[in-house]
Amino acid sequence: MCLGIPGKIESVYEDHGTKMANIDFGGVQREACIEVIPDAKPGDWTIIHAGFALNLLSEEEARETLDILEQMGDLDELEAMKKQDQSG
Amino acid sequence: MSKKSFKPVNMQGPVCPVPHRHTDTVVIGHGSGGAMTRDLIRNIFQSHLGNAYLEQGNDAARIALQSASGELAVSTDSHVVFPIFYPGGDIGRLAVCGTVNDVAMLGAEPAFLTAGFILEEGLPMENLTRVIESMAAACEESGVQIVAGDTKVVEKGKADGVFINTAGFGLIPPGRDLGGQLAQPGDAVLISGTLGDHGIAVLQARGDLGFESGIQSDVAPLNKMIAALLEAVPDVHVLRDPTRGGLATTLKEIACQSQISIHLEEEAIPVKPAVRTACDMLGFDPLYLANEGKLIVVLPENKAEIALEVLHKSPYGAMATRIGLVAEADPEQVLLKTPYGTTRILDMLSGEILPRIC
Amino acid sequence: MANQIPDFLSGYRNAKLVKTVLAEMHQTVTQPWTLMEICGGQTHAIMQYGLDQLLPDEIELVHGPGCPVCVTSLELIDQALMIAKQPDVIFTSFGDMLRVPGSSEDLFSIRAAGGQVRVVYAPIDAVKIAAQNPDKQVVFFAIGFETTAPANAMAVIQAEKLGLTNFSILPANVLVPPAIEAILSSPQNRIQGFLAAGHVSAIMGYWEYPPLAEKYQTPMAVTGFEPLDLVNGILATVRMLEEGRVAVENAYSRVVTYEGNKIAQQMLAKVFKPVDRNWRGIGTIPLSGYGLQEAYQRFDATQRFDTSGIQTEESEICIAGQVLRGIMKPSQCPAFGTLCTPQTPLGAPMVSSEGACAAYYRYGRKSS
Repeated sequence: MCLGIPGKIESVYEDHGTKMANIDFGGVQREACIEVIPDAKPGDWTIIHAGFALNLLSEEEARETLDILEQMGDLDELEAMKKQDQSG
Repeated sequence: MSKKSFKPVNMQGPVCPVPHRHTDTVVIGHGSGGAMTRDLIRNIFQSHLGNAYLEQGNDAARIALQSASGELAVSTDSHVVFPIFYPGGDIGRLAVCGTVNDVAMLGAEPAFLTAGFILEEGLPMENLTRVIESMAAACEESGVQIVAGDTKVVEKGKADGVFINTAGFGLIPPGRDLGGQLAQPGDAVLISGTLGDHGIAVLQARGDLGFESGIQSDVAPLNKMIAALLEAVPDVHVLRDPTRGGLATTLKEIACQSQISIHLEEEAIPVKPAVRTACDMLGFDPLYLANEGKLIVVLPENKAEIALEVLHKSPYGAMATRIGLVAEADPEQVLLKTPYGTTRILDMLSGEILPRIC
Repeated sequence: MANQIPDFLSGYRNAKLVKTVLAEMHQTVTQPWTLMEICGGQTHAIMQYGLDQLLPDEIELVHGPGCPVCVTSLELIDQALMIAKQPDVIFTSFGDMLRVPGSSEDLFSIRAAGGQVRVVYAPIDAVKIAAQNPDKQVVFFAIGFETTAPANAMAVIQAEKLGLTNFSILPANVLVPPAIEAILSSPQNRIQGFLAAGHVSAIMGYWEYPPLAEKYQTPMAVTGFEPLDLVNGILATVRMLEEGRVAVENAYSRVVTYEGNKIAQQMLAKVFKPVDRNWRGIGTIPLSGYGLQEAYQRFDATQRFDTSGIQTEESEICIAGQVLRGIMKPSQCPAFGTLCTPQTPLGAPMVSSEGACAAYYRYGRKSS
């Protein structure tokens, strides 16, 4: 359920009335059906599973989550440093 | 009674009607052993692969031995790869390199090859020529000669274009001892370059999975690189090429033969980004994909740096790197340390590698 | 694009960030908790990176029936095998299904006996095969959860557009929420928190989960597949448990929204309808699978081919059901590693690479 990997839309086209796209996965290119993300345009990111796009991938959300987790790390480091100062 | 002039009739020449001369595709007649076979051998095989041994023209090649002592390394392979042409290589190059490499893995200098061909009726002559030309080029590059051959033709559908069987012969210099059973605790494990290239290139060429990438097969003759390595580091313990089954299966074989364990660092194992992406997409593990131009070296730890220097000088060893070490505990295990600090066990490949959705 | 994964994606494999989240998890947890993930892809990723070894000892992670290959009923597999054996049939399937054992054989052995069995990466490729082989019947084994269902639906829609009369599917899709309910409502249930499958939720959203979470007082986190996604989802669930908070959180927000992909959901409703489905090892769960709507019944392979007269026989030794429900661990099965191995599987969880048994075996969990 699951093997879905992120890819960037390079171009969109139609095949017998079905919306398709050429996807670049980072050195590998393949076509995929984008019927369920019909407004997708070149440059958009998506998750592809079994040759089918599931949804758009939001770069903004991706970065936001990473930032939150990075800050968690900074806080932990600060805590650790504080503890060191106190015991030192 | 008058004497009539008598001209002997030659029943072999064109009688009626003139048979079509098959020059575009292979037909069953090419395997019959008669004139068509002779022409095929002369025009396609000998014109590209010709050497003094093949010119002897007898049922077997007669080869003078250079020395009366030493040991012979002998290997054989059958090649049934489909499709016969794929990015970076073809079945001909694969046949020569595969057998050259097998012989070289024992530390022998490969000298002579045999090549038996099973051709499929309908194979375009142009394709056959391409395959033979490629074999000739591979022989030239590796310095071997094909001294004996055979050709048969089977009905359409009974072979994928062409099947090739090769056998290779080389002499092992006295005093040289390499083998999968010789790995020692404390040895370093090196790999000569990136993994999975051949496996992905062939899959892509098959077309069923519909993807494109710039990945080329790594198929290459490694004997010259191995000769240079053994010259600089005579006490290498094991040489093996990770072909079918990939790095993991091959290392597992060595671990079992030597009754030791092998510990690998996942982050140290070189894989091209596009190969990794193709694997992520299809659900493959690059450690189990076939390689046809890579070398595993197991050798004493203190010789690892010199070995890497020598490998880096070869066009086929530019990305050579250390990937792990040999230990005494847990014999037969191959263990992989992940970038997250955890360890997982690598087993042999079981069955066919199939793309998955999960 | 160069052969580079951009940083906003590669960050989800970053070892330092994974360690950070794990440290936070160790700090947060104060008592034992039992969590379940119900996605084969997540099981695979956890096993591949050994992430479960890094969790606090208090946290037990149970691998639920999230592998569609493992839960496809024996009857369906036997039906697939029967169809594949027919002359003039090209049977197409995802690679996962080829080695799953039926009562007496598998698709591999059918291929060896001369049957035409082909692996496809995408369901729409099976439609292409049908278009290219008008004199053959092409059947596609439509397995998968809601993630795969839209692609399966698309294949049927495409076949209809092309006017193909030689294409059909063997409907075998299964649905996650009914399975979660079946597990949570069982008297033997010990699952306290759930990781919801990220790609299923990309399609369906996660609006179906709050009623379940509330009814069974079980917090859930929609979770992705990269190492950071997994530990982040586990952390979110553990936090809720420690706080005594019952909710559904989205820990895969770059792909999942609350409502999901509405267009995909409409496509599913057009082609499929929920039907009762028998889950291998668990039994029949009401309305837990997809069958074809009336308008598409003609694409149902069970209507086109006679699949009666199948005698289904499960291995008596295989305890797949208990493993799939998290009641037993694979290593507790008497046949594990001896009679039942990836080379000689007795049941589906040993065959599929993220079936719990295969994952345990391959990644070396020889001891529980």
